[in-house]
Formats: sequence, structure tokens, C-alpha cells
Amino acid sequence: MTQDPNAQAQIEPTEVGANAAESGQRVLRDHPASAGAEHEVGRRVASTPLADQGRAATALDPEAPAVLTVDNLKMYFPVKSAGLIRRTVGQVQAVDGISFEVPKGGSLGLVGESGCGKSTTGRLITRLYKPTGGSMVFEGHDLAGLSNREMKPLRRDVQMIFQDPYTSLNPRHTVGAIVGAALEVHKIVPKNKVLPRVRELLEVVGLNPEHYNRYPNEFSGGQRQRIGIARALTMNPKLLVADEPVSALDVSIQAQVVNLLQDIQNEFDVAFLFIAHDLAIVRHFCPEIAVMYLGKIMEIGDRETIYARPHHPYTQALLSAVPDVKQAAVGGRRERIRLEGDVPSPINPPSGCRFRTRCQFAQEICAKVEPPLLQIGPRHKVACHFAGELGAHPATPVTTGVLGVDDHGSPIPGAAHAGAQIAVPGYEKTWYDLKTQQTTGA
Amino acid sequence: MTSVPMSQSLTSDDADHSEGPYLTVEDLTVTFPTEDGPVTAVSGLTYSVAKGKTLGIVGESGSGKSVSSMAIMGLHDTKSAKISGSIHVGGAEIIGSSESKMRSLRGNAMAMIFQDALAALHPFYRIGGQLEEAYLVHHSSASKRDARRKAIEMLDRVGIPQPDRRVDDYPHQFSGGMRQRAMIAMGLINDPSLLIADEPTTALDVTVQAQILDLLQDLQREFNSAVIIITHDLGVIAEMADDVLVMYAGRCVEYGTTKEILTRPEMPYTWGLLSSIPDVSASTDARLVPIPGNPPSLLNLPPGCSFHPRCAHMDKVPGNLCRTEMPTLTVASSSPSHQKRCHLADPAEVYRTEVLPVIAPDLVEETR
Repeated sequence: MTQDPNAQAQIEPTEVGANAAESGQRVLRDHPASAGAEHEVGRRVASTPLADQGRAATALDPEAPAVLTVDNLKMYFPVKSAGLIRRTVGQVQAVDGISFEVPKGGSLGLVGESGCGKSTTGRLITRLYKPTGGSMVFEGHDLAGLSNREMKPLRRDVQMIFQDPYTSLNPRHTVGAIVGAALEVHKIVPKNKVLPRVRELLEVVGLNPEHYNRYPNEFSGGQRQRIGIARALTMNPKLLVADEPVSALDVSIQAQVVNLLQDIQNEFDVAFLFIAHDLAIVRHFCPEIAVMYLGKIMEIGDRETIYARPHHPYTQALLSAVPDVKQAAVGGRRERIRLEGDVPSPINPPSGCRFRTRCQFAQEICAKVEPPLLQIGPRHKVACHFAGELGAHPATPVTTGVLGVDDHGSPIPGAAHAGAQIAVPGYEKTWYDLKTQQTTGA
Repeated sequence: MTSVPMSQSLTSDDADHSEGPYLTVEDLTVTFPTEDGPVTAVSGLTYSVAKGKTLGIVGESGSGKSVSSMAIMGLHDTKSAKISGSIHVGGAEIIGSSESKMRSLRGNAMAMIFQDALAALHPFYRIGGQLEEAYLVHHSSASKRDARRKAIEMLDRVGIPQPDRRVDDYPHQFSGGMRQRAMIAMGLINDPSLLIADEPTTALDVTVQAQILDLLQDLQREFNSAVIIITHDLGVIAEMADDVLVMYAGRCVEYGTTKEILTRPEMPYTWGLLSSIPDVSASTDARLVPIPGNPPSLLNLPPGCSFHPRCAHMDKVPGNLCRTEMPTLTVASSSPSHQKRCHLADPAEVYRTEVLPVIAPDLVEETR
């Protein structure tokens, strides 16, 4: 991919096609085993004995460079008044200043309740929406500012898997047309090579390649989701945004699709932004997880930290609400943190910390000052004035030194404000240690 | 809740309780005619639920979970659907009873909560109006004002803030969790002794799901009703149900107490369900082992055990038994309160040595 999208757009279509066809074959040739290796993926998922089939959770590579860097991304939807002149009377702050990185070949999980902005984030990154502010740097291009024409060559590299396999496939098109559409749009391979490539892709996702001329209604839910995945893979994307890819499927089929996605990640080195509300699936698939609430990231970190030692009261409540199969051995309900009420409206979010209206630790400072997303470990950031492990939340705000305010949230005149280093997308070498209240390093 | 009718219902409940299970389903078979021939959606299903107890029914879509519970509510069209066997609710036989008899039971002695609250509530009528209607149908002597007071009371009981104002809202003005609460309020407005919750929390977020499950449990304790929870989430089953019924292709494949089924399952399908869901607290070395293939079509069930085309343990059964003969529901070796439908001679050993090390390496030591 050339660095300047304009330059790319001016290249003769045939030339683009030739390059892409080459890269397409490269990926398929890159398989560890042989030319038939991509067939292996499908077969493994479909029908092999138990022992070879399971996949352990994906591991984290801390040294991987970022493929996508999102910085202070914002999406405000206008609220229009009724009547003839539809004036803008408010804004839904669906995504309000989030920053994160997706490592190359890695996966970042995005979890949160419905309405927290996680799907909007996915749609912003695939540029189905144009963001209100912020930047999304993908391989040197800021996707946020590109026009549709400039975006087109980049769309190959950023693909999306949708939630509902029943509504995301056109019922009047055959599977071959659905999967092959992108090949024709981007003129990647000559017309007579489209079908062989489609059949290859169908085999990669574990479908019978002979079924390319069938219609979506002839497939079950799990198979349809595989078609959706094959369509996303057509362009050999570098980043896949998976928006609730398994939540519409039966339990036994969910595992098949999750394993398929893991295989794809291992074979093709694709980075994933994995959006889901099922915390257990996200834990299995993503070595890094960001927890969102009302358009903001509350806590982000590696899997072990987020699930074993969450520091944000919201993450703790979310985790304690998940029903656990192991509870059967004990009987009865698990002790849980009860969150009262519903998520507030994003049109008029609470001042200061957005979670404070449902937080049991909320104090005066929470209403006055918004807590910064503070790095408190090598790969752990949290946005809370009273961040601490469950049952060990501090009595005084931990963020006062960073923000230059007193314990009640009123600014101290002349105090240093270290806000600049806080909202960077990646992780710093040094972080703010909660115990010593000092900046420390590894 | 008004205290007077509640104490009355409690005393009558206690009397019923001593007589045995409130709901008994025996050998229930439901067949629908289709263009391609008859489909047996449920076949030979037997179970019972006592008052104050919860039964969890698990299975994939099309396994007959919802069809069996709709048969209890008498919601199948008797002209086309063929229903045989017997269903006793509080001593009354459901199958073959008249529509007027069913109407007096439905919503009164038994009620159902549906999965999609937005589809189950009428969009043109106010929440309060729909609750009042449910009350007035079974309390013909009650006045409109009584019904409204009762509706507000029920909304308050299920935890809707400012119920006296929200009672006049339309369903679209409620959030997902509140709609589900409103539907639970509607289901419970006549103090039913049997409550069937069909995927009550599937469309909800985990925090709201926890609220709804808490609510269901509190209300069950208060009304001492028998509850059936239909779900595909084994976590919900583990925390809510006393007994579990696992269904596959219209048949019960495993039935017993929750502790037995989820800690010592003896049927490969249940193993498959347990191994295909990741756990929030399990070790990350635990692997996700899916059940291969897809659920069978009910029109064309495989011969023998319906699960055999997807079963990884068929080679441990001598001969061709799995392909030729449907296993009967037999009592498991571990406990008399545990039934399973499988030919495996020693499933407990297979589970301990082959399945558990893969899905929960950290648990193997404990069970030895």
C-alpha cells in the first residue's frame, strides 16, 4: 500500500488489480504447510476429533506495533426538533473522546452495556460514519479526515463482520455474488478468477465450495455467519472489526465461529477489534480489553489485569454480574455488586465522571472533575478517582496530584496540571503507582 | 402487594405443596403437520416442578424447549397440532380441555414471560392499560380504579421508579430492562402458581440480566410459585435452577438436579454445551471445544441416537448401537436423581479423563 491515498487512486485500475491479486495469492501461499493448507482450516473446524479441535485463549504480544491508533475519537449525533424546520436541539454523545491502540495481528476487545458506544466505535473505524472529532491513524493514514474517494483503497484493509447473519446478507444474491462483490468492485482479480477465489474463501471458512450458487436462506445461522466472515476476508484485510460476531448464534455454534476467527487470526495475521457484550467470549478471544461506559473508556488493560484485578467500580460490577456455571457446585446465587437503574441518557450525560450516578463510591469530586484515564500499571489504565482493587478502594481520591485539585475537586491555585500525558492512545514506559502515589517505571 | 390476598394465596399454596408437584408433564408429544410431512417437535417428554422450585430447560434452537412450554399454556392450535400425553397443572388436565377452561387458567394459575418484551407488549396501548386488562379479565368484580391501583402496585413491586407516573407510558418509552420488568409485572399480576420464563434475559445486558434474575428469585420466594426458565445460558441455569432438563432434537437427553448435571454430566451433548462456552474465571489454558456440525432437521432425524452424527465418543460404544438404537432414558450411575439418554457404559470415567482435562484443567484435581 502506498503512503499517499491520492497517489494510489490515480494508478491505473489494472495495475492496482494486479498488485492486489499478487498480495492475495501471497497470503494463501504463505501458509505454513503447503498449497492446500487453507483447506485445512475449514476441515479442522468442521470435523476432526475432539483433541485437535479446541483452541486455548489467544496470547498477548506486548512488543507488537500498533496497526490502528485511535486518539480522542468523538462522534456526536445531532438531535433534531420536530416540525418543518428541523433545528438541532441537542447532541447524542455516542463516543466522546476515546483513545486506544490495536496491535498488529493482535486483538482488542471492546465491552460494555448496550448504548455505551461500542458499535458506534466499530462503525467509525470502518468509516460507515464520519467522526465529529479526533483521529484514527491506520498505517499512516488518518481515516477520520479522508473523503469517500480517498477511503476506497483503504477499505480493503479494514473490513467488518456484522452481528446478525440474517440481515447482513442480501437474500436475493447468491453466496458467490455476496463474497465476490468486493473482488469486482476493487477489480482485484480478473473476472474469470473471481469464482475460484470465492470457492477458496468458502473453503477457508469451512463451507462446501460447491455451494457458491446457493442463496443465504439455504444456510443455517452459523453457516451464514461464516459467509459474512468469508466476505470480510475477501480483501485480505489487515484489520477486522467484528461487531458481536457470535451473539446471534446458538451456544454450540458460537464456539465453532470463535475458533474459526482464531484460526483466521493465526493464519492470516489479521488484527481484530472485537466488539461484544459477552465478557467470557471477549476474555477468550482478546488479550487486551477496553471497558466502555456512556461513550468513554473506563478501564483498559491486558486480560489478566481486567478480569482478575479490575480497578474500576464499573468493571467490577460488570464482572460480578456474569452468571457462572461453576456456581452449580455451590448452589444459590453468587454475591454480586448490584447496579441500580439504567444507563443515563447520552444526550445529557452526568457531569464529571459519567458512572457516578450508579457508583457506590461516588463523592463530591466525582461530580466536579472528570477522572482522567490514568496509566496505573505496565498495561493498565483506569479512569476513576477512587481506583482500587475490589474491597480496597482508597478513601481519598488518587487523581488529585495529577489533576492539581484538592480532595473535593476544587482546583488548587498554582498546582501543576499533568493532563497532557494522560490521554495518549498507547502505553507509556512509566506509570502512576497507586500505592506510592509516585510515577514509577518497570 | 396488598397484604390480604397475598396471605390468602400463601396459605392455599402450602396446602397444595404437600400434595406433590404442581406441574406434571408425562410423555408429552407434539406433532405439527407440514408440507414435507409431520414434524415431531417434542417427543416423550416427562418432568415435574413443585411449588417454590425452579426447573431450567436448556437446548439449542429447534430442540423443542419453547414448543413444550407453549403446550403447557395451551397455546398450540388444536386443529393442526397433535398433542398427546398428559399435562397436569395444580390437578387440572390441560390436554383436551376446553378453550374457556384454558382461558380461566391462562394468566391466572399460570403465566408466561416472553423473550422479546418489545414484541410481546402492544405498542398502541399504555403499559398500565395492558396490566389492568390482565387483571380485570380474571377479576370481573373489580373496578377500573382497583385495577389501576393494582397495576401501579405491581410496577412498584418489580422496581420501576415512579410507578404512578410511568404507568401511563407507552412501551417504547421504557428501556429494555424496564420493559422486561413490566412484562414480569403483567405475568405476576394475578399471583400465578406457575410461571414460565422463555429466555427472559437473553436480549439484556449482564447488569440488567442480574437485576431481572434477582427480581424473579425474590418474587418466587414471595409467591412460592413453580418456575420454568428456558434458556441457553448454562450460567443462568447454574445460579437459578434447582433441576435441569437438557433437550436435544425434541427429546430429553439428561434430567436431574442442577448440581448433578453441571458437575457430573453423563451425556456427550451436555459435555459439548459445557465445553463450548468460555468461562469468565476459568484458566486461559482451557480450550473452547465446539460441538461439530449442526443440529439435525426434525423432519429427517438420524436413526438411533439423534446426537450420534455430532458425538465424539461413539467409538467407545460396542458395535453399531448408537446408529441403530435410540438409547432409553436411564438412571445414571452417580445418583438416582439423574437420568441420561446415552449408550456409553461408563460416562463418568470418560468425562473425568477426557473431557474435564480439556475444558477445565484446574478442576481435574478437585474431582479426583
